[in-house]
Amino acid sequence: MTPVGKGHRSLNLALRKEFNLYANVRPCLSLEGYKTLYDNVDVVTIRENTEGEYSGIEHEIVEGVVQSIKLITEEASLRVAEFAFKYATDNNRKKVTAVHKANIMRMSDGLFLRCCREAAQKFPAIKFEEKYLDTVCLNMVQDPSQYDVLVMPNLYGDILSDMCAGLVGGLGLTPSGNIGLNGALFESVHGTAPDIAGQDKANPTALLLSAVMMLKYMGLNNHAKIIENSAFETIKEAKYLTGDLGGTAKCSEYTNEICKKIIAQTK
Amino acid sequence: MALLARNICKTFSQAAQKSTLRTLHIGVIRQQESAVEQEGKLKCTLIPGDGVGPELVVAVQSVFKAADVPVEFEPYFLSEVNPTLSAPLDQVSNSIARNRVCLKGILATPDHSMTGELQTLNMKLRKSLDLYSNVVHVKSLPGIRSRHQNVDCVIIREQTEGEYSALEHESVKGVVECLKIVTATKSQRIAKFAFDYAVKNNRKKVTCVHKANIMKLGDGLFLKSCQEIAKMYPRITFETMIVDNCTMQMVSNPHQFDVMVMPNLYGNIVDNLASGLVGGAGVVAGASYSAECVVFEPGARHTYSEAVGKNVANPTAMLLCAVKLLNHVNLKRYGEQIREALNRVLNDGKVLTKDLGGQSSTSEFVTAVISSLR
Repeated sequence: MTPVGKGHRSLNLALRKEFNLYANVRPCLSLEGYKTLYDNVDVVTIRENTEGEYSGIEHEIVEGVVQSIKLITEEASLRVAEFAFKYATDNNRKKVTAVHKANIMRMSDGLFLRCCREAAQKFPAIKFEEKYLDTVCLNMVQDPSQYDVLVMPNLYGDILSDMCAGLVGGLGLTPSGNIGLNGALFESVHGTAPDIAGQDKANPTALLLSAVMMLKYMGLNNHAKIIENSAFETIKEAKYLTGDLGGTAKCSEYTNEICKKIIAQTK
Repeated sequence: MALLARNICKTFSQAAQKSTLRTLHIGVIRQQESAVEQEGKLKCTLIPGDGVGPELVVAVQSVFKAADVPVEFEPYFLSEVNPTLSAPLDQVSNSIARNRVCLKGILATPDHSMTGELQTLNMKLRKSLDLYSNVVHVKSLPGIRSRHQNVDCVIIREQTEGEYSALEHESVKGVVECLKIVTATKSQRIAKFAFDYAVKNNRKKVTCVHKANIMKLGDGLFLKSCQEIAKMYPRITFETMIVDNCTMQMVSNPHQFDVMVMPNLYGNIVDNLASGLVGGAGVVAGASYSAECVVFEPGARHTYSEAVGKNVANPTAMLLCAVKLLNHVNLKRYGEQIREALNRVLNDGKVLTKDLGGQSSTSEFVTAVISSLR
């Protein structure tokens, strides 16, 4: 939880800096069995995680006038761009879209865009396109199927990844991975929901799918597949759903059902 | 009598505002009752814009002609991507300052300026006229099929500072700093505008959209300014929401929003997102206000340049801008006449442009609107 408006830099930010977690990966997939207004979402947002608008460099020049610095470096931009193309290649994705606002921030987003173009040349098998952030927002809510992998600076990634999560049913269902130079960190990105803490009500899907992402990252694809299938199957059956998905099951009942399916598959 | 009562109210409320908050800009959403000249036509600056803009302007002009609207346009071609044909900026802004109303298409903003300039022409125009507040009323239109129904929210965006400050530099090679400027004065001004808008339009709630958990000073100042102003409007509910959560809520439950106020870039994002919910960039109108003048322009800013000359663009957004303009200059009769005609065509669903799932061309749509005028 990051408190609003005061204090020092957030702990989340500190972790990202410490382990150089430069890329945040958030796959958003429409789940069968949990109906939203959108049923054809399958996008992955890849967000630069170390700089940009979240550089944490801010100061009040005179009273009532604040400067926040958005920092874009060639090194970080190229790093995340190459990661996006590598991710697309490894995961059989077809297209990478660079999301930017270089028409407004001509130098900073311009640099980011140039780095994406440079990375694109190294991966000729992956299609590359450039889109303005506002265009992506407009199109995403009309027809999400036109996007595949999206790569972008920090703030845009933060916003778009949450928006995409909204399309498929919220942060309770979407996993997240942070890939870094000194390690990788997988997490659920929903709120801490202190109001239901200790009541066995929370939906563990996001954290579980994050664990699945972690297993895939570690090369344990088989285990990942079994757990993922069991979770998807449980949601599809809709017998044991937690309150946020419109069910009445407790967190433990939902989990037991997934475990049962896992055992059945591994026998 | 009604006019008199309104004027008295206005004077009274302005006086009250002045005493409470002397330093702030006041009285923005005001009607220009006096602007309608008794004889002759009302003058209005017209900027067709880039992309399909000129085609859409033709649509508006044909409808105006058919409805016999007493407005005379003062057209200026203003363009950043076509500098040789563009009228000088000061000439255009002088015209707007003189006429106090303008109908504007979308100006394309290229990623590179030929002179290496960071400010876009749009920014310059907004700065020169101090068009600080952009208002986009996103409302589901009759007859338009989309996933979300009954959306009705107003997005108010500060558009003279923030991320659109065009202050950037390359400190060393490969390291670029881009400044986002947030000031207390402008934040309070836009917050006050939002609350005044809510009061005037019988809205119940204002939501401040921010990212103050990360940009603690910059967005923190914006948030604080909104909180301060909110105290002066005890009858309006005030809420705050972090921008990423806002976009997520917007796509899953847009009905919770009423009036929203936010810094520049978030406004750009939410404007487009919300427009997407109700049918796209072709159907949402917007307006930019200064203390003195109003520029009516589509709410989601896309030039749709790939459609130039194909006669496929949807003129609905531009026509709705024109309707808003007519209502603003107290030519409500004409405004509502055109709005009703437009609604009839949309409701019928027989003549729709491609973006709305139809097969008709821009000119067929315009003809249908004209023949529905009553």
